[in-house]
Amino acid sequence: MRAPPMTIATSHRLSELDVLESEAIHIIREVVAEFERPVLLFSGGKDSVVVLHLAAKAFWPGKIPFSLLHVDTGHNFPEVLEFRDKTVAAHGVRLTVAKVEDYIADGRLAERADGTRNPLQTLPLLDAIAAGRHDAVFGGARRDEDKARAKERILSLRDEFGQWDPRNQRPELWNLYNGRHTVGQHVRAFPISNWTELNVWRYIERENIELPPLYYAHEREVYRRDDMWRAVGPVSPARADETIEVRTVRYRTVGDMSCTGAVDSAAVSVSDVVREVGVSTITERGATRADDRISEAAMEDRKKEGYF
Amino acid sequence: MTLTIDPQASTENDIVAAPEGTLFRFATAGSVDDGKSTLVGRLLHDSKAILADQLEAVTRTSTERGFGGESGGIDFALLTDGLRAEREQGITIDVAYRYFATPARSFILADCPGHVQYTRNMVTGATTADAVIMLIDARKGVLEQTRRHLSVVALLRVPHVIVAVNKIDLLDYDEAAYREVEASVRLVTAELGIADVLVIPVSALVGDNVVDRSERTPWYAGPSLLELLETLSVIDDLDASGRASEAFRLPVQLVLRPQGAVVVDPELADSYRDYRAYAGQIASGSIKVGDTVSVEPGGGTSTVTSIDFAGVFLDEAFAPQSVALQLADNLDIARGAVIAALDTLPPLTRTLEADLFWLDPRPLAPGARVLVKFGTTVVQALVSDVTGRLDLTTLGVEPATNLAVNDIGQASIRLSRDLPVERYVQNRRSGAFLVIHPQDGATLAAGIVTAPGEPTRAGDGSGAGSDVSP
Repeated sequence: MRAPPMTIATSHRLSELDVLESEAIHIIREVVAEFERPVLLFSGGKDSVVVLHLAAKAFWPGKIPFSLLHVDTGHNFPEVLEFRDKTVAAHGVRLTVAKVEDYIADGRLAERADGTRNPLQTLPLLDAIAAGRHDAVFGGARRDEDKARAKERILSLRDEFGQWDPRNQRPELWNLYNGRHTVGQHVRAFPISNWTELNVWRYIERENIELPPLYYAHEREVYRRDDMWRAVGPVSPARADETIEVRTVRYRTVGDMSCTGAVDSAAVSVSDVVREVGVSTITERGATRADDRISEAAMEDRKKEGYF
Repeated sequence: MTLTIDPQASTENDIVAAPEGTLFRFATAGSVDDGKSTLVGRLLHDSKAILADQLEAVTRTSTERGFGGESGGIDFALLTDGLRAEREQGITIDVAYRYFATPARSFILADCPGHVQYTRNMVTGATTADAVIMLIDARKGVLEQTRRHLSVVALLRVPHVIVAVNKIDLLDYDEAAYREVEASVRLVTAELGIADVLVIPVSALVGDNVVDRSERTPWYAGPSLLELLETLSVIDDLDASGRASEAFRLPVQLVLRPQGAVVVDPELADSYRDYRAYAGQIASGSIKVGDTVSVEPGGGTSTVTSIDFAGVFLDEAFAPQSVALQLADNLDIARGAVIAALDTLPPLTRTLEADLFWLDPRPLAPGARVLVKFGTTVVQALVSDVTGRLDLTTLGVEPATNLAVNDIGQASIRLSRDLPVERYVQNRRSGAFLVIHPQDGATLAAGIVTAPGEPTRAGDGSGAGSDVSP
């Protein structure tokens, strides 16, 4: 018989982070056991850094048994790329970089009128998955990020065009994941689906995980656009009517410089950030991503076409 | 389902970053128009889980559609209906996951739509839930769909069932009317054998007994819905003496054998040259260093010499921790094996009786060749017979020769390999399985073992063998 409520020995309770960590490690191990050639999408952003950390724990004392893949828009923050390469070297894993620039150079992709390259990542991603013959692709997406992602499965089947069919998803039962797929299909696996932004930061604090410096408050030349602080850079110049100023900001998400905004922040340490995220009244994507503001279904539309 | 709220409310009251607490998973279910979206919206809003930009987007869309006809009227369904088709058609298609926290606990809410594919959604939400909140309209009482939902919850043995009798404001907070609904709820749950049922009078619209106890229901002495969610036990919690309610099980996911390719300090690398550990997530129970364990298939026994977690060596571990076990003896253990507390595994068998929650549009007929996944094992199987279908209205079993989508049926299954099959009532994790289409890989059904078949050989333990009925 199950114990009645409220007579529980608290000493035998796992904390929220412990439960989420064990769940993620279970998912990572299942995918490695059931698939031939998994790969982890790794941008150097905090979510993919956490997934890499979990993978290292899942296979300790062995090495991480899969390689990493990054789709570089050509608009990434240089300090994030530097961090990415340093982290990859520290873990002794192999990184493949697919470059949007190469596709624009030879005409397979055309620059968008608005200059954002986020939607352009899908084709190089699908090509890299095919070239690497990857049957499982780990990502750091979380369900609390977006309403479309709230309906995403932990293991999500994609057809050979990388398409997500949200109306025809496999039911996910108990912790029994079904990774069966046929030729040409692959599976996207999201080990930290159930983590919130605050969980991620608390885990980074607890595990002492290093992140690119721009996640912490720093001074930067910025201008105001779409209610966000945008960094002044070669691919994100201010327009004539926009005023450049130096402000103390940090990034809550790290993506393409042309569409990622910074927030005013004095959080210089991880514990400062945990406090700040805990009292924030705006979601991280709402605060920092211009591309998700295109429409209410912006993320869903990108995901259906194979975006991560 | 409108709810007039002040969009500023959630921004003025700063959410204090709560210390890290425990995690509680629950699902909400109910029929159409019983106010489920409003209840979910109320819970999220009153616990300050809806952030300003989300509220602004929902308010904007509500106003654009003339929702409620008044400024500030919010269609809370827009918060959980994340897909374009759902918003366009005004229906919820799929289970949506929401996350919120109070100073006491963090919550994962699986919002299960009631009208489309209700079995599929209910099963999905209920299999991982510590509690299910079943919503019923106080004016309508127990409907056929309520009985169906409760049947699913009962079969899946969700640890806690909360029945929220909603729209109590429309009954003018009349105790007698509520007691009548409560009595009919208890009648059904007693029939279904649901022991732990908590019935609460609520008004999602007004907020009575949702987050705070209501003064308008003085005849109700119990906690509010949120108070309940904050205090109910979690599936894997152990009892006061530190014992788990179910025996130790660890389905082996993979064998960690780095053979020298290690990430430890180079000075220690030599001592890890022969490292060999069995990695997996503890499905139930707890384990200590020095405990003797049985392994199936294979039938060996050994002693746990080390419980490893990424360089940390634990004295004890319990569900749902992901660990790696080192054993004293070199047994032949591969993915798919189960490491269990000594003499607690049932004998191996090749046949079983099960309840199947059929989730695929293609019907099941006897003779179907399928794959089944138990824990970390996938084996070929044959559905040798369909023996009945559960009539969810009368809760009786009616004769059936096939199962259609959303049916809950009884079937006999033959396995291609010997497995230590357990009853679901004995172990929620190891008694559960997936039925998978062998060609296209679709998940066809959720299965729960009702009776393992005849043992194919004597089990290693004598303790568990005796209560296995044919």
